[in-house]
Amino acid sequence: MDAYASLPAPRRLASTAGRTLINFYKVMRANPLSFAGFVLVSITLILSAIVVIHPALIVPYSATQNTGVYNEPPTILRWPPSFAHPFGTDEGGRDIYSDVLLALPLDLGIGIGIAGISVFLGGFLGLVAGYWDKPGTLGGATSTVIMRVTDVFLAFPSLLLALALLASIGRGVATAFLAIFITWWPFYVRLVRGEVLAVKHLPYVTAARAAGVKETRILTRHVLRNVFDPIIVYFTLDIGTVLVTFSTISYIGAGILWPGPSPEWGSMMSYYQGAEPIFIYWWFIAAPAVAIFMTALAYSLLGDGLRDVLDPRTRRALTQSVTTSEPPPEEPALAKATTETSAEAEAAEESEMRS
Amino acid sequence: MGRNLEDLIIFIGKRFLQLLPVLLGVIVLTFLVTHVAAVDPCPRWYPKASHNVLLACEAQFKLPLWTQFWDYFSQLLVGNWGTSQLGTPVFPVIAAAVPATLELVIASMFLMIVIGIPLGVIAAQYAGRWGDHLVRVLYLSGWSVPTYVGAVVAAVYLAPAVGLPTSGEYSVYPPPFPQVTHMSILDAIIAGNFPYTIDAINHLILPAGVLAFINMGIATRMTRATMLEVLPLDYVKAARMKGLSNFIVLYKHALRNALIATVTVLGLTAGGLLAGTVVIEEVFSWPGIGAYAFEALGGAGVPNFDGAIAVVVVFSIGVVVANLLSDILYGILDPRVEWR
Repeated sequence: MDAYASLPAPRRLASTAGRTLINFYKVMRANPLSFAGFVLVSITLILSAIVVIHPALIVPYSATQNTGVYNEPPTILRWPPSFAHPFGTDEGGRDIYSDVLLALPLDLGIGIGIAGISVFLGGFLGLVAGYWDKPGTLGGATSTVIMRVTDVFLAFPSLLLALALLASIGRGVATAFLAIFITWWPFYVRLVRGEVLAVKHLPYVTAARAAGVKETRILTRHVLRNVFDPIIVYFTLDIGTVLVTFSTISYIGAGILWPGPSPEWGSMMSYYQGAEPIFIYWWFIAAPAVAIFMTALAYSLLGDGLRDVLDPRTRRALTQSVTTSEPPPEEPALAKATTETSAEAEAAEESEMRS
Repeated sequence: MGRNLEDLIIFIGKRFLQLLPVLLGVIVLTFLVTHVAAVDPCPRWYPKASHNVLLACEAQFKLPLWTQFWDYFSQLLVGNWGTSQLGTPVFPVIAAAVPATLELVIASMFLMIVIGIPLGVIAAQYAGRWGDHLVRVLYLSGWSVPTYVGAVVAAVYLAPAVGLPTSGEYSVYPPPFPQVTHMSILDAIIAGNFPYTIDAINHLILPAGVLAFINMGIATRMTRATMLEVLPLDYVKAARMKGLSNFIVLYKHALRNALIATVTVLGLTAGGLLAGTVVIEEVFSWPGIGAYAFEALGGAGVPNFDGAIAVVVVFSIGVVVANLLSDILYGILDPRVEWR
């Protein structure tokens, strides 16, 4: 964890790391499903890292390589799952196991990438719109404009936008990326603005202002820190949702083309469903379908578990043992934010607890 | 308090006026995507058209942006939504397809309510224990299943097993009665045709079921969250102390309070449901706007420019109106909201 290195005092470093670990343990003990999600998420991350860095370790064939013998009749190419081909081969003799694994980094990267960019753009606009929303001022006007524009973008289903973009700029990763991104960031504007509105009148913010802290510093140090928990929860949940949306866009033909150099789960399913009697050759779609389901489920489980733990209301009702508002350490971004707390922010935290 | 009938009218009117700029924005955005962002649009939109058509199309794209927008906008307003490349006018086709989609969405919303909400109550009742975990796995599974996976699995593998039809609204099409409302079940009931009513319901079960399963999680988790807030309250304890049965306390006293938030959230799922219909209707050959959108945007090989624009606008209007309805419903259901 690089974030810890930037801390000045070694003593605090140790205590923070220890506290985070204890919290993580409590979180995982409180809900076995979160733990399952955490394990699955780790597996997807490790697998995609291997596929990117050194694919030969786990991926035996390239994406479109024909593993059959060319002189064989075509039906012999469609091998059911076996030891040599764990998920079988398709009508072109392609090894489905390799293709499913090769698709993992792309799908995961899109999920994390779009959710991440949306968090930054939407979060920034939401902070601005929520913090300076006094009517009649420049900030109030900006806030109104941001929220109205957000409303418009929120009304667009991303799938429809993808189809419209497909029609105007053609298919490809860019089309899918644009379609999801354009419809995704507004949600974070709403989320962050709502949280900021709820937080900014709390006594600890007033106290900081009375102490002469600058407005931008209050915003970045005190308000931002308190809207972090919900953002992390939705970010984690969203990775799965974006991934599902991305593969759906590929499925309807606006994303990646299969068979092609880069496999994608949605386009694989779309192609086999259209080209082959999948009632007989069930393994053509079984592996991509299970892959996308398990990956999305992993992030949903983790995000959903985090939400229960981070939300003080449900947390109280759920477990008495978990008494932390500190998030578990598997989110590096979050660990950074919590460990960078200066004495000033800690004072703010205390005043928040008292209120 | 400000909850008279007049206040209600003002309340609804205000919400309705707030809707207009959003609609205008949606139309502008659709215009930008289809007219301005388009790279060399004419050959793409009219792949099989004659030279003259292409020239006319290119001439249109060379007009000043404002003129282009005004043409597009004014035609949209008067209901002249153009024709497809095969010569079919867009507006009547969409008008006939909207009720079919509405029927699908309403049916799946019904399933979400009668299955999703009780699941949420069960999860809250057993919070932190295995009942809770089971429900969580169920709704997160729905959440994590892409619509196409759910639809394909239901249509290809599940349907033969349970013996349900997977294509269209009726087994024999067209039906022997006029399609007044274009909603399959309603039409059959109006015609008094009992076998066709059963047939229509059978055809609706799988598509609506898949759509509901995928979107159900939102209702379940909202019910669970609000139930967890309501259950420790004094009035629930009082109901228990009176000796009321657990069922009555949960479903009559506690759920009633928890429902307000759930109903609101259900309205907000309309976007997800509508987007889901694109794939669901395509897989189940349901004659709604979802399937029309798919075909209009080149799914069938012949892109339909006018139809594509119209469909995107119609979908967005659907989302905006659903949000408006849930907003109004929340105002009516929650006695704390003032209507002025």
